[in-house]
Amino acid sequence: MRIPCPICGARDRREFYYYGAEDYLDRPGEGADPSAWDDYLHNRANPAGVTRDLWYHDAGCAAWLVVERDTVTHEVLGAELVAGRRAKR
Amino acid sequence: MRIEGRGLIDRSRRLGFRFDGRELEGFAGDTLASALLANGVRLVGRSFKYHRPRGVFTAGSEEPNALVTLGRGAKQVPNVRATVQELFSGLDARSQNRWPSVGFDLLSVNDLFAPFLGAGFYYKTFMWPRAFWERIYEPAIRRAAGLGALSGETNDDAYEKAFAFCDVLVIGAGPAGLAAALAAARAGADVILADEDSRMGGRLLAETEEIDGKPGHLWVDGVLAELAAMKNVRLMARTAVVGAYDGGTYGAVERTGLHLADAPAALPRECFWRIVAKRAVLAAGALERPIAFPMNDRPGVMLAGAVRAYLNRWGVAPGKAVTLFCNNDDAHRTARDLVAAGIEVAGVIDVRADARPGGDFPVYPGARIVGTTGRKALKAIEIQTVNGRKTIATDCLAVSGGFNPTLHLTCHMGGRPEWRDEIAAFVPKPGAVPGLDAAGAAAGRFTTAQAMADGARAGAEAAEATGHAPVALDLPAAEDAPLRVQAYWEVREPGRAWLDLANDVTTKDVRLAAQEAYTSVEHMKRYTTQGMAPDQGKNSNVGALAILADATGRGIPQTGTTTFRPPYTPVSIAALGAGAQGMGFAPRRLTTSHGASVARGAPMIEAGLWYRPSYFPLPGEEGWEEPCRREVLAVREAVGVCDVSTLGKIDIQGPDAGRFLDLVYTNTFSTLPVGRVRYGLMLREDGMVLDDGTTARLGEHHYLMTTTTAAAGQVMRHLDFVHQAHCPDWDVRFISVTEQWAQFAIAGPRSRALLDSLLDAPVDPAAFPFMGCGAVAVMGVPGRLFRISFSGEHAYELAVPSRHGEALFRDLAARAEALGGAPYGMEALNVLRIEKGFITHAEIHGRVTAFDIGLQGMMSTKKDFIGKGASQRPGLSGEAREQLVGLKPVQGDKRLSAGAHLFTPGEEVSAATSQGYVTSVGPSPVAGCWIGLGFLRNGRARLGEMVRFVDHLRGQDFLCEVVGPVFHDPEGGRARG
Repeated sequence: MRIPCPICGARDRREFYYYGAEDYLDRPGEGADPSAWDDYLHNRANPAGVTRDLWYHDAGCAAWLVVERDTVTHEVLGAELVAGRRAKR
Repeated sequence: MRIEGRGLIDRSRRLGFRFDGRELEGFAGDTLASALLANGVRLVGRSFKYHRPRGVFTAGSEEPNALVTLGRGAKQVPNVRATVQELFSGLDARSQNRWPSVGFDLLSVNDLFAPFLGAGFYYKTFMWPRAFWERIYEPAIRRAAGLGALSGETNDDAYEKAFAFCDVLVIGAGPAGLAAALAAARAGADVILADEDSRMGGRLLAETEEIDGKPGHLWVDGVLAELAAMKNVRLMARTAVVGAYDGGTYGAVERTGLHLADAPAALPRECFWRIVAKRAVLAAGALERPIAFPMNDRPGVMLAGAVRAYLNRWGVAPGKAVTLFCNNDDAHRTARDLVAAGIEVAGVIDVRADARPGGDFPVYPGARIVGTTGRKALKAIEIQTVNGRKTIATDCLAVSGGFNPTLHLTCHMGGRPEWRDEIAAFVPKPGAVPGLDAAGAAAGRFTTAQAMADGARAGAEAAEATGHAPVALDLPAAEDAPLRVQAYWEVREPGRAWLDLANDVTTKDVRLAAQEAYTSVEHMKRYTTQGMAPDQGKNSNVGALAILADATGRGIPQTGTTTFRPPYTPVSIAALGAGAQGMGFAPRRLTTSHGASVARGAPMIEAGLWYRPSYFPLPGEEGWEEPCRREVLAVREAVGVCDVSTLGKIDIQGPDAGRFLDLVYTNTFSTLPVGRVRYGLMLREDGMVLDDGTTARLGEHHYLMTTTTAAAGQVMRHLDFVHQAHCPDWDVRFISVTEQWAQFAIAGPRSRALLDSLLDAPVDPAAFPFMGCGAVAVMGVPGRLFRISFSGEHAYELAVPSRHGEALFRDLAARAEALGGAPYGMEALNVLRIEKGFITHAEIHGRVTAFDIGLQGMMSTKKDFIGKGASQRPGLSGEAREQLVGLKPVQGDKRLSAGAHLFTPGEEVSAATSQGYVTSVGPSPVAGCWIGLGFLRNGRARLGEMVRFVDHLRGQDFLCEVVGPVFHDPEGGRARG
């Protein structure tokens, strides 16, 4: 598996650390209900198909990436910088 | 028997070698198999289960029989395929799975019991008693059945791993692969051409058919010369591509040193490659398949294409009177080549009724073989012709049941091949591996002309897909006769008919599996073990599933194939694990004081990837407790020195640095004055403690964070996440400076005296109060001094640039000793911090909250921080939580052990009634006994209670008193004073 790091280019997945679903980016605000924290921390869609998850370029540029990939075909569809994502919104 | 004037061997270079102690001779260019056949050695091994005599069956990597052991002692390599191993001078090979010798094998008695040893025999027989499974049955079965063995000695031969990248990877250098490589390379693509053989050319090296009116190998030489001269081409012979993976990644194993007589020690024996290719062309050809007939496993029974290869490439006649058994036209070419070489062809037995004579040899159309004779080698075959039965004397029977495209790699990502009736074979499903295209025989296009044209097409398409305009290729004239094959799998006559020679599986076993309801091909495989030998069923899978299809009344496509998995050919663990033997297993991080510590006799222990001194023994001291106690007392009473450089150091700068630390720590850092240090607690987002440590404010916009040694990487990753995910627009940057600074703890009542003797200016108590920090000069070297304490004593940590670390450590240790102190190691450090109730990752192991360790007061109510929301969930605080406590044995001579569980005295001892557990222990000079830290349910309310300390592993069961976690100087006056 190869991940197209926007900074370093396509690299072997062994250079990256896997964290989890993209959901981790949407942190509940202060004072949110415990159920909101439960959803944030634990409840995931587990799709058969396109998924977006977080990878860290541990052995590279230390960028956190949102990687879009297909869990059925294993195709990696793209990657964007976590840091750039907020700016885009 | 060698034939004069034939073959691509170098007859001017004779090579002496040994097989089972016999001194033999071959030529450069031979494989071990061709050299054995040339010497008339037909019996080369015993079969896996029945110990039947076996001979060379193929001329390639799919060999099921001719597995031998090479080398001696630590260098011994078992299960080497004689058909792949190149001959070299002094090669020392031994046959396997026989005792005492391959000619007289006592365990061949198994063959007499064959009627009882069918599929499922082990499962049905060795069931009771259960206690016999591991101790009696398995060792006995393993002795009786098997292959070669490892020596059991450590092999320190060099192996290697490497990476390669290209536009187009061409797998296989036969007619299709060479055309593909040429087409892609001329278009300008970066090409890697890999072939498992020692010499490129594939079947063109083994055929008499001409290319453009010249011998095929000359055309091969021309193409290879052109490719070798191109800068964008890399030729990799002896390299088997064994697996296809996601993202255009291919695994390959290169035999770099296994073919050399005197390989230099530094030359790796094998290299495991990861090749990343934008496009790949699978031009791996096709594997001939046998036909099952009674007693078809005798030495002398071979594949027809292999017989032709031994004749044409190696100049070896595998027999004096050769017969053939076939269902297609290709086998007739073998007969023609043999006759042309002057070898008698005693008959071609062709199952096809319309088979026609094609040369100076008898053809028996519509005939089949019903039996064979010859105990250690084939002597005769019995055939059923349209005119009745007949016996033919023969010492070599060449069999061809058609060809299976070598499509394995196309199925490595879950793809299933498709059946094609007209060639009676499976072909690759296009697109099953993204970017991989099959060409030539691997795609079911069997003639040389078809293979070249298809290879050229695939090469050009691959080049175009990688941005290179294709160039037209003038392809030479080549053989183009159709295969004309009639599906035919087995002769159903009395007698055992082998499918899987390597695992001794017969047609009867497959039918038995079907009869016992193992009708799925995957179940049949596992029940019979067909296809599970080192050849992975290359010679038997399609035949076995055809017979299963027949037995179950289904068609072949409906029966389907088993799953193809990497590796295509066996890969040694040594190649996969290259570089990871011994100290290569994990990187070693050494402190600047490492050499000085080792010189003082300190045993080094691992802390993450770091190595740290356990203790510094003095002459006469034994074990670890004596020096540990001395070192603890040195710190408590005088001064101790300890290298603490391994703690993670993260330099954090920027106008938003304080704000950022407020977000990642539970407590507040933006209010910390410059020149002060604060202890911080960091949570994960789920509310559990991630790490703790001190952070110093070096300037208005400049902080230095320290982390636990083993958690440094984790904390860095966490900081990066918090910054990039939650506050990317904050103006803050950070970087690890762990290795840039050597840092030493100087702890104890005389620590200031030591520093005053060392620093360019004495320590100013006003500038360095407890938890103060600032710049100092150490013999002119700019350093940093922190007045922090992990021991509870008046203590400092002094940091200098790493290049001065070793000198500073030696100097500090000498000054400490002069003041009645000592350097101290991990054991003393651990006791010192347990005595103070300071936590490490033994306590903050990922399942404890700030409340559990009694630090709930450090969670700010005035700001948000990572983990705050989740830590407020029900269940993460309160009486039901196991809370940090100290433990003291009631009887002072008891030794505590970490991992023990705590129980209420008088209650049952069970997992359900456990009240908590012990995390850290040590012999405390202050307490005068062993003490421990642990977690106890509602522990802070139970101080003074007795708990039962139970460690089943070490047989410990006694009472402890629950005490507060701070055993020494609870008021903290010693550190502050």
